[in-house]
Amino acid sequence: MLRKVRITLALIFWVLITWLLLDFTGTAHVYLGWMAKIQFLPALVAMNIGALLFLVALTLLFGRIYCSIICPLGVMQDVIAWFRKKKNKYSYSEEKGILRASLLALTGLLLATNLAWVVGLIAPYSTYGRIVGTVFSPLYKLANNGLAMVAEHFGSYAFYEVDVWMKSLPALLVAVAAWVIIGVLAWRGGRTWCNTICPVGTFLGILSRHSRLKMVINAEACKNCRKCERNCKSACIDLKNHTIDYSRCVVCGDCLEECKFGALSFGYKPMIDKENIIYNNWKKKQGSEEPKTDEELKNPAIDEGRRSVLTGMALLAGTSLVKAQEKTTDGGLAEIEDKKKPKREKLITPPGSESIRNLSEHCTSCQLCINSCPNDVLRPSNSLDRFMQPEVSFERGYCRPECTRCSDVCPTGAIKPITVEQRTATQVGHAVWLKDNCVPFADGIPCGNCARHCPAGAIQMVPLQAGVHQDGRRWLDADNQEIPRERLLLIPVVNEEKCIGCGACENLCPSRPFSAIYVEGHEVHREI
Amino acid sequence: MKEYNRRDFLKVTGTVAATTALASCGAGDSQGNGKIDYMGHHTGPVPTDKMTYRVNPKTQEKVSILGYGWMRLPHKKVDNEDVIDQEQCNRLCKYALDHGVNYFDTSPAYCRGKSEESLGIALEKSGYRRDQYFIATKLSNFSPQQYSFEAGKEIFENSLKYMKTDYIDYLLLHSIGGGGMHNLHQRFLDNGLLDWLMEQRAAGRIRNLGFSFHGDVAVFDWMLDHHDEYEWDFVQIQANYCDWHNDKDKGRSGEYLYNRLAELEIPAVIMEPLLGGRLSKVPDHVVVHLKQRDPESSVASWAFRYIGSKPNVLTVLSGMTYMEHLEDNIRTYSPLKPLTEDEQQWLEGETATLINSYPTIDCNDCKYCMPCPYGLDIPAIFVHYNKCVNKGNVPESQQAENYQKARRAFLVGYDRSVPKLRQANHCIQCRACVPHCPQQLDIPHLLARVDDFVEKLKQNKL
Repeated sequence: MLRKVRITLALIFWVLITWLLLDFTGTAHVYLGWMAKIQFLPALVAMNIGALLFLVALTLLFGRIYCSIICPLGVMQDVIAWFRKKKNKYSYSEEKGILRASLLALTGLLLATNLAWVVGLIAPYSTYGRIVGTVFSPLYKLANNGLAMVAEHFGSYAFYEVDVWMKSLPALLVAVAAWVIIGVLAWRGGRTWCNTICPVGTFLGILSRHSRLKMVINAEACKNCRKCERNCKSACIDLKNHTIDYSRCVVCGDCLEECKFGALSFGYKPMIDKENIIYNNWKKKQGSEEPKTDEELKNPAIDEGRRSVLTGMALLAGTSLVKAQEKTTDGGLAEIEDKKKPKREKLITPPGSESIRNLSEHCTSCQLCINSCPNDVLRPSNSLDRFMQPEVSFERGYCRPECTRCSDVCPTGAIKPITVEQRTATQVGHAVWLKDNCVPFADGIPCGNCARHCPAGAIQMVPLQAGVHQDGRRWLDADNQEIPRERLLLIPVVNEEKCIGCGACENLCPSRPFSAIYVEGHEVHREI
Repeated sequence: MKEYNRRDFLKVTGTVAATTALASCGAGDSQGNGKIDYMGHHTGPVPTDKMTYRVNPKTQEKVSILGYGWMRLPHKKVDNEDVIDQEQCNRLCKYALDHGVNYFDTSPAYCRGKSEESLGIALEKSGYRRDQYFIATKLSNFSPQQYSFEAGKEIFENSLKYMKTDYIDYLLLHSIGGGGMHNLHQRFLDNGLLDWLMEQRAAGRIRNLGFSFHGDVAVFDWMLDHHDEYEWDFVQIQANYCDWHNDKDKGRSGEYLYNRLAELEIPAVIMEPLLGGRLSKVPDHVVVHLKQRDPESSVASWAFRYIGSKPNVLTVLSGMTYMEHLEDNIRTYSPLKPLTEDEQQWLEGETATLINSYPTIDCNDCKYCMPCPYGLDIPAIFVHYNKCVNKGNVPESQQAENYQKARRAFLVGYDRSVPKLRQANHCIQCRACVPHCPQQLDIPHLLARVDDFVEKLKQNKL
């Protein structure tokens, strides 16, 4: 019973949180945003007291069911292990206490020294977020694009096409490596990762030693068949001594179903112990040493055909399919060169992140914001001091004034929730003009696309030629002759005080591959 | 089951009754050539010998009132590229000749430069003699590299070569008016090209010399003011019932252009009688408006009959891509049943108002503006916009009943019809396209309007 409830809840959580991580339409976070926010490390980094108290209380009451149900990486390992259909595949091992303690201490140290991104490398939720975000999200989007094609065929607007592109190769490699390592560990030893490496697992383990409800072995009822021990994915049942390492037990309930002698139960330990003594005494009086076994408790037959190669295939496809989307155009259209990223002196961080420091202190690089960004502005950073944390750039789109998606989804407080009004009044950087690239200057063609699209009205156009001046709506040259619009050369000037650094100018600038106007970030965001 | 059958039966008879009623109340006799009999067939085959002809006052030759514009030709895909479907072109050309059409209008610029050659082949394959049809082509020296006398001469000689002939029946200075007098001077006057063309006319290599006009009316007026000097044999203008009275722009007012030609007794060749199909693909309420008057004639036929009813019109050009277009137009003009005074006023009055007040963009999708140097797909943007107008997906405000649905349809459809990098927000207003648009659209301004609308939809600030 416990096991069935656990599996049902775990699958529901796992599917929904995976959808939350995959969704690019902004629908999922409205309903499921809380699922990311109750993840332990994000809640801790965000100092989300409510969520932390809930998780601590949950663990003190039931043990580490967080690891069995709420943590998507934990459930993913269970799913991988489930595919290995071998019976009795585990055995008890001693706790790697020193390793666990030092990794936990290291995590605390890193968090205290504000190196959140390093913690993110082993943080369970973020690791899972990266796997989904970099490997599965492109596949999800490709599938969506297939549906969009079908929808277009039938004149429906239910699905729309999105760009699929490689946002960061290092981030992809890290995610794939994590997936392979954790996958192999799960295949061979069940919850090895959770019970040796994972700092959240270790921390909750400390609490779960003292949890109110836990697994209890009735040593006298036990026939020492070791079925429970050999099917314990946490390797925490020491049957020789009839003890359980509660710091590692994730309360999965597998042992309960394995034991045919009713020697295991889940509940309040002193009470069970008392009941067991009473029961044992009663049994002894009865003289019958062997309680009847229930034949039906044997494992049900397993459907071998269900073994799937899906996961392996997805891994292979993930890398090769990225970027296969872009189409060439036909003859009647001018070719358009791709934009290249300018060399920015200072990093741009999304509105709501308040400062580079706030972002790097809080972000555990789960990639949720990056995947949610509908304008293809965010991508994982490749820089070593904030590896895989989100970074803003405008080659594919710009930070649109009506969008607050990243701040809505962020579970760690690295990007704090802001309203559209606050967002358009937050200065994350300012635009810088590069004279030599500017079309009126370089090609002698009138432009002004930056000024026309500046949502803050921070760009004005001034004449390039000497003596040109304005008379009402007309422009006159030095000899007071009217200049026709097609010969009027104006260049942009930026009012840095009004500029919010959204990148509309940079993205829509006709100069390619490098724009003639680009955004420099501000270390600390300002209100304008 | 029985009940259903009865109901179905009632439905059918009801429909029949309704159609009959409509037909009888329509202007039954106004048009005998497009009738449908009770079995659903047009009465009789497309007539071969009923075409209306107009007489060229100079040569006294009979020109069919339907002229074939060799521009919107059928295309097919070969190796993923659009190429002219020559076989179908040959069929269309032969069919047109068989049914009395004898005027074919082409240009060295049409269909990426392939139109003249295609027409030459089609005419040759038709089996008709050279003196049984008239070829009209143009001097399309649009690019500044072609402004020299030699380049202009070469364009003319190439036309003869491509169409395997040693004379052109109707030669036009192509699209003067765009770029004003300055442009006319550069293309034809200062380089002596027009003088040379007049010599060619005298030598019989050009049988009729004229010009086609779009744009700055000052150029049109100048050309007619110098009629004594140049003796224009014909002039090609854009005229249709929608723009007949255009008080804002004389250069687009069919009435003004036509009347000036009529005064001087210069025959008028009419182009864009359908505005690139916009007068046949009209919104639903206009279809109802026209069909109520005569349910049996096609929407397009009104436009053809309207302009054909003007006596000084020599021929009306139509770029017919499909056989059905050709058949329909031949029927309309075999013979032409002129519109009554009342019908003409009804078209250029309330019908024109109905169409002109409709907020579509007047783009005919002719692609003259392409390629845009900054990569925009200009016609695709306008076609999408107009499609959304016609489907009711251009909401006026957020209070509009279907706002959310229309917004999604517009934005998702926009990304589908036009790649993101070719959308209106990338227009830098360089105005390179403006002189190319025969409809005198202020393309950059219109693109900015579409962009502004998109921006408001995206920001939910409509």
